[in-house]
Amino acid sequence: MVEIRWHSRAGQGAVTGAKGLGDVVSTTGKQVQAFALYGSAKRGAAMQAYNRIDDEQIITHEKFMLPDFVLVIDPALAFTDNITMNDKASTKYIITTHLGKDELVSQLPELQDKKDRVFVLDCMQISLDTIGRAIPNTPMLGAFIKISAMFELDYFLDRMKKVLSKFPQKIIDSNMQAIIRAYNEVK
Amino acid sequence: MALKYDLQEVEVWDGNYAASHALRQAQVDVVAAYPITPSTPVVENYGQFVADGYVDGEFVMVESEHAAMSGCVGAAAAGGRVATATSSQGFALMVEVLYQASGMRLPIVLNLVNRALASPLNVRGDHSDMYLGRDAGWIMLDAFNAQEAYDMNLCAFRVGEHMDIRLPVMVNQDGFITSHTAQNVRPLSDEDAYKFVGEYVPVEEMLDFSRPVTYGAQTEEDWHFEHKARQHKALIDARPVIENVFAEFEKVSGRKYNRVESYLTNDAEVIIVALGTTVESARVAAQYLRDNEGIKAGVVAPRVIRPFPFDAIRTALENCKAIGAMDRSAPGGALGMLFNEVSAAVYTISSRPLVTNYIYGLGGRDLTMEQIKDIFRDLKKNVDAGYITTKIQQFIGLRGPKLEFFETRRS
Repeated sequence: MVEIRWHSRAGQGAVTGAKGLGDVVSTTGKQVQAFALYGSAKRGAAMQAYNRIDDEQIITHEKFMLPDFVLVIDPALAFTDNITMNDKASTKYIITTHLGKDELVSQLPELQDKKDRVFVLDCMQISLDTIGRAIPNTPMLGAFIKISAMFELDYFLDRMKKVLSKFPQKIIDSNMQAIIRAYNEVK
Repeated sequence: MALKYDLQEVEVWDGNYAASHALRQAQVDVVAAYPITPSTPVVENYGQFVADGYVDGEFVMVESEHAAMSGCVGAAAAGGRVATATSSQGFALMVEVLYQASGMRLPIVLNLVNRALASPLNVRGDHSDMYLGRDAGWIMLDAFNAQEAYDMNLCAFRVGEHMDIRLPVMVNQDGFITSHTAQNVRPLSDEDAYKFVGEYVPVEEMLDFSRPVTYGAQTEEDWHFEHKARQHKALIDARPVIENVFAEFEKVSGRKYNRVESYLTNDAEVIIVALGTTVESARVAAQYLRDNEGIKAGVVAPRVIRPFPFDAIRTALENCKAIGAMDRSAPGGALGMLFNEVSAAVYTISSRPLVTNYIYGLGGRDLTMEQIKDIFRDLKKNVDAGYITTKIQQFIGLRGPKLEFFETRRS
């Protein structure tokens, strides 16, 4: 089972991102779970979303998890959230930031011994450039595909298009661009 | 004529969305609803289906949940297929009308997306609202995941509208944990779903002006008792009908449901009895303990909460030695509902397993796999000792000092 934890602010699309990822992954025959810890959270409040992916039907419903991937889609949350909570020796981090990786890690003591498992990109800038709004969830999906190597990029894009099919072509195209740029820029 | 909705063979739906689609496919005549977290999306999605032309029926926005259920009663008495959804405080406000609906024998389907009751205010999942409704004379089904929220809705119409039953049906699902967790769901096609649910057949409908009827009449000590007794009999007698509906559903879906669901129970020494998503999590813990600690653990769950499966649960628990009854509702100065009802059932078999009560998860507090394993380990200790080694009621996952009550009296 692969477990993913998203750190986000309400309104940035972590739930949509987690569900979108679930939608795409389900088309490959795998079983998925996408959920979030929120309720009456107001826009801008820190929140977490989660994915589980497995070959068998997922019947665990505990919120607690030991994540394989931690996806941080708001730059400030890397500093204010406990992003290394319940991590493992193999947990990979993908963090959105305008800083370089060295600069970011130097400011986050808890990441210093995990540097080889930290990956960065600027989801905010990518989504502003491509989608025109600060919606960092779509770029994060592109970065996740690269780092997890779960799917080939073309395959993922093709499936994502189907998931987005009810949206206008312009929105589909800009989301595709965001995913491709993020895939290429994450490091 | 409603537009056709394109469905994939496998959808990724949360429990709310799954319920909305089941209502759409059942071609409900009237939905009267007042949205409340976490059931809001059931109503919101259904409203979207109406706005987008996927539904021919009426969607009635009302000013409260009391009005929502009243609208449902009116529409059902008029002769329509009727459904709604609510949670928590909304459900509490409906309670007066719930008893009216069951007393008038109106087959309304209510999606109850389980949430804690205030005070303190809390929007997250526990079973307080489910427990509040258990004496309302409704049939109560329980879904443990999003797929089942969909499946139980389709079954609910068949059960409630059955000519030998004619009672309202609640479909429970866990707030957030099921309602807002997207998982793989395999829906039926619209045609198969509607064929399974069937054309609505009204009984004594008020819109039949050639045969005027009265709903909600007054009866005092002359006839009230007989009405309530008949209602109770209809509930108890619904048991074989529910089994038949589940059998019919298996034919169209391949998914088999039972009044009581049993997992890994054939040789189980220790069994957890629970409701909602906890049933599935407990299955994971039971398998783990079998594989790693040699504890013969199993899980039993009432799929049908009302009519309470007194007979089937007794059979399911007959051969085990210790039972942990898990209640996700503040017990209000008593032992938990599942503890009381399960204990009563197993008291009438000679094996008399040891039953203990665990209160957990109030207001959405996470129930972890480790906690469930510890409960099984407790139960195993009871089996080995031959008596209850812990307090009879324990609170699990609570901050502060351990809260626990009552001991076995051993002479």
